[in-house]
Amino acid sequence: MRALFAREIRLAFRTGGGSGLALAFFVIVACLFPFGTSQGSELLSRAVPGFVWIAVLLSCLLTLDRLFRPDFEDGTLERLAVGPIPLEGAVAAKIAAHWLTTAAPLCLAAPVAGIAFGIPAGAAAWLFAALAAGTPGVSAVGAFGAAATLSARRGGLLLPVLVLPFCVPILVLGTVAANLAIEGGRPGSALLALSGVSLASVALIPFAAAHALQFNLD
Amino acid sequence: MSIWRFANPMRFESFANRAVPWCAWITAALLATGLVWGVAFTPDDYVQGSAVKIIFVHVPTALMAINAWFMMLLASLVWLIRRHHVSALAARAAAPVGAAMTAAAIATGAAWGQPMWGTWWAWDPRLTSFLILFFFYIGYIALWNALEDREAAADLTAIVCMVGTVFAVLSRYAVNFWSQGLHQGATLSLDRETNIHNAYYLPLLLCMAGFAMLFVTLVLLRTRTEIWKRRTAALQQRAEPA
Repeated sequence: MRALFAREIRLAFRTGGGSGLALAFFVIVACLFPFGTSQGSELLSRAVPGFVWIAVLLSCLLTLDRLFRPDFEDGTLERLAVGPIPLEGAVAAKIAAHWLTTAAPLCLAAPVAGIAFGIPAGAAAWLFAALAAGTPGVSAVGAFGAAATLSARRGGLLLPVLVLPFCVPILVLGTVAANLAIEGGRPGSALLALSGVSLASVALIPFAAAHALQFNLD
Repeated sequence: MSIWRFANPMRFESFANRAVPWCAWITAALLATGLVWGVAFTPDDYVQGSAVKIIFVHVPTALMAINAWFMMLLASLVWLIRRHHVSALAARAAAPVGAAMTAAAIATGAAWGQPMWGTWWAWDPRLTSFLILFFFYIGYIALWNALEDREAAADLTAIVCMVGTVFAVLSRYAVNFWSQGLHQGATLSLDRETNIHNAYYLPLLLCMAGFAMLFVTLVLLRTRTEIWKRRTAALQQRAEPA
């Protein structure tokens, strides 16, 4: 399982598609946002957390389509399915690797973007905390979507249609936590609820995703 | 005589052939009575005027929008556990009906909200949850249509339905964090003091039963069509082996 995790990380860096591109996508979308709103308005700073969250979600989804597809096409997935580690474990390793290579850099970049949009530094820390707590859940939910749409026609477009509604709880709680921090409230309870949803997703979704993968292989 | 008899497509089909006309007539009778009674023979509301009568479509469709998803969940579980094809086809058949019920609930809600709240739409927890439910239906239907292999499509949509249920419930409670509601609370409960007045209660019950029967009729019809479609595909495959 550790070997698989290491393989995933090496692949992500050496093939040079995934994580770097996702980060670049995020930065570009983040830079476009102020152009789309009137500058320096109060609206901008209040909309920042929700906007940053949506940019992170989209950047994650962009890379998730490739989570299982290359392995599915070259037969690695079938080897994994009959290999010594259970498929659930393989899925969990893939989710962890995806989070580390794609979502973690976004979590680091997001507070910088937030400060550039003028939210206070304390709130940026909460934004980072909310992203760090929520993105593992996004990776897990997205992995389930990727597994479910693996053999679908137009899977690349179907994935966000299927997965984005699933991300609503994470998006809502994450945005609420960051917004409460901006307004000087107490974001603790929202953050705890967010962590709960995210952790439960990480713990339980590998089982559902492994079943979905198995259905694709049958 | 158990429900599992109908796992046999032939048996299900002959049952549907006999049941659909009955269900259709019961639906028509219930809806005609309920809607005519509700719209023409109930008093106008003290505050809302005659706009209150949208309730006779809005509440039953909203109820069926949620129940249709639960029916899909049950059918998906039956498919995953007992591998009865009719069950998977019933889940598939119910999805567009559920989506239509959701859309109808949202549309009638908008038509009701405009004169009462002064807005067609508000980002209120209940309203937003219904919109999300509608997206769930869309994703589910899209997945059915995108998969070539029928067995895999049934498996994958069933598991998406199960995971989707969890996230739909989570969304329902998560949005409470984010906005206070404009929508009123439940007034049809059996255990509260402030309930809807009896003048509206009885025709509303009739309409709810009518929309439930409408759902049953449509699902029976559509499941039968799905069986026919699958049989046609199988016959075509046999006629021209690839």
